[in-house]
Amino acid sequence: MNTPNTEAYKGVFVFAQQVDNQVSGIAYELLGKAKELAADLDTKEVTAVLIGSDVKNLVDDLAAYGADKVIVVDDPELKEYRTEPYAHALASVINEYKPEIVLVGATAIGRDLGPTVSARVATGLTADCTVLEIGDFPLVPIPGKESEQLHKQLLMTRPAFGGNTIATIACPYNRPQMATVRPGVMQKIDPVAGAKAEVIEYNPGFTPNNKYTTIKEVVKAVSDIKDIMDAKVLVSGGRGVGSAENFKILEDLAEALGGQVSCSRAVVDSGWKPKDLQVGQTGKTVRPQLYIACGISGAIQHVAGMEESDIIVAINKDEDAPIFDVADYGVVGDLNKIVPQLTAAIKAEKAKK
Amino acid sequence: MKIVVCIKQVPDTKGGVKFNPDGTLDRGAMLAIMNPDDKAGLEAALRLKDQYGAEVTVLTMGLPKATDVLREAIAMGADKGVLVTDRVLGGADTWATSTTIAGALRNLEYDLIITGRQAIDGDTAQVGPQIAEHLGLPVISYAQEISVDEAAKTVTVKRQYDDRYHMVEAKMPCLVTALAELNDPRYMTPGGIFDACAAEITTWGRADLKDVEDGNLGLAGSPTKIAKASDKVRKGAGEKVTPDSPEDAVSYIVGKLNEKHAI
Repeated sequence: MNTPNTEAYKGVFVFAQQVDNQVSGIAYELLGKAKELAADLDTKEVTAVLIGSDVKNLVDDLAAYGADKVIVVDDPELKEYRTEPYAHALASVINEYKPEIVLVGATAIGRDLGPTVSARVATGLTADCTVLEIGDFPLVPIPGKESEQLHKQLLMTRPAFGGNTIATIACPYNRPQMATVRPGVMQKIDPVAGAKAEVIEYNPGFTPNNKYTTIKEVVKAVSDIKDIMDAKVLVSGGRGVGSAENFKILEDLAEALGGQVSCSRAVVDSGWKPKDLQVGQTGKTVRPQLYIACGISGAIQHVAGMEESDIIVAINKDEDAPIFDVADYGVVGDLNKIVPQLTAAIKAEKAKK
Repeated sequence: MKIVVCIKQVPDTKGGVKFNPDGTLDRGAMLAIMNPDDKAGLEAALRLKDQYGAEVTVLTMGLPKATDVLREAIAMGADKGVLVTDRVLGGADTWATSTTIAGALRNLEYDLIITGRQAIDGDTAQVGPQIAEHLGLPVISYAQEISVDEAAKTVTVKRQYDDRYHMVEAKMPCLVTALAELNDPRYMTPGGIFDACAAEITTWGRADLKDVEDGNLGLAGSPTKIAKASDKVRKGAGEKVTPDSPEDAVSYIVGKLNEKHAI
């Protein structure tokens, strides 16, 4: 199923996810990464693909964050995210403009759109990437077959096996090379005020068929019932928090950081928090960017559920607590004194930015 | 109503990850289980069966020992099991896997196909939507609730997004991917276990797949290729400080978070 004439595919495209006419942060992060990748390729251009209804006003935002071109697919059928019209839009853009690389956020939207589109355009898709770079495939030439080594390939690195293994994947013989990318991993560029992108309006036509679904209702959830597995920041409490009421100080810290509260099994067993918030072997496995463990001793069953977090901070009175064995930054001290002050300090830091 | 549930046998990464002394994953020591999202999908199908009298077929692709999860599913209440196994199917990525399963599904009648959102070994969440694409079906992924209107031939799903959910209706036949949070799967029953032991599992190989080309199967038919794989080196302890005051503790933490751009 190799793609014929892979050389005809040029440029890095980013699916510029928007919800309710607001560009999702992941789109800016992908544009930042796309710029880095494009610098290592022959065609240096970064193109944002903006799909929605009445979304043309978002073009300048995308330009500010690094898009050289924006392809806008604007149609009333695209008001709310639905798999079929969005997949039709993105697949049509790919078939028409033939990009070398397509990046999609590994969000609840992107992880639905990506696979559908990759199957439609008959190429590979690597999920939940944490590292993207341009390099050779195979990484080391096979002796006697040096001429078969391909250059300037997209090398996509992702965790697998519940984060216990790491794999680097290439898509050498098919185009585009597609990846979904975990939110919060790539860095957006500092926005360039007044930047302009070339705008291309493209509409492949939308004729509802059996694959079109109907949205009967949209219910916007309040933040405290969000899944802790999706949180970028978790402030997690253990038995050391002392009481259900005292979780308030953790909730305040989580709010200041734009995150959520989670907990250890001891907390659920004590009836302080519902099981939905439990991290660990018998709870959920989480991989936030930041995990702050407060008063959690760090039993192996808990650690199994959070050790893949990007940054782990632990606050515990017991200097021998096993949580310090997995923490990047361990602080021996009283969470009741530290956490409220930390909340105030974080708020002050955020106000500065 | 005919429902097909696609399930996968996976190593149990959540219920006890085992490591070798050198820190690498000890796959041999880990139990093989029915993937949790798939099990929730099966439970959803069985509840529809309880409600409407549906026929539930479970299908898996894997090594011959994957019949274990088919028998477990039958013991829970599924009616039939299909194993798709063939040496030429090995090493498949999500494209080749979804092509294979779609080729098997073309032999079956269905109103509704349910898969798990993702398997805990690969975590890609790609195979379900890709099967739907190969079969030309509507897909609703990340289902938190599933209900069926038999007369109208529609399925309504509570579909989870980051900050909201949609109630989405699709015409049958369609494919739904289920979240583990959908329900608490039932236990196997003694009668079910008896049935499962006696049940005949249909086994299909390459020749039984309908409308698929050899070039789209197995390792060779996979567009994605592994350039490098390694067992992750487990993170060791980082720094540990004992600050003199809460103020010192706070400035230490804020300093580190700023350094790492985490604020």
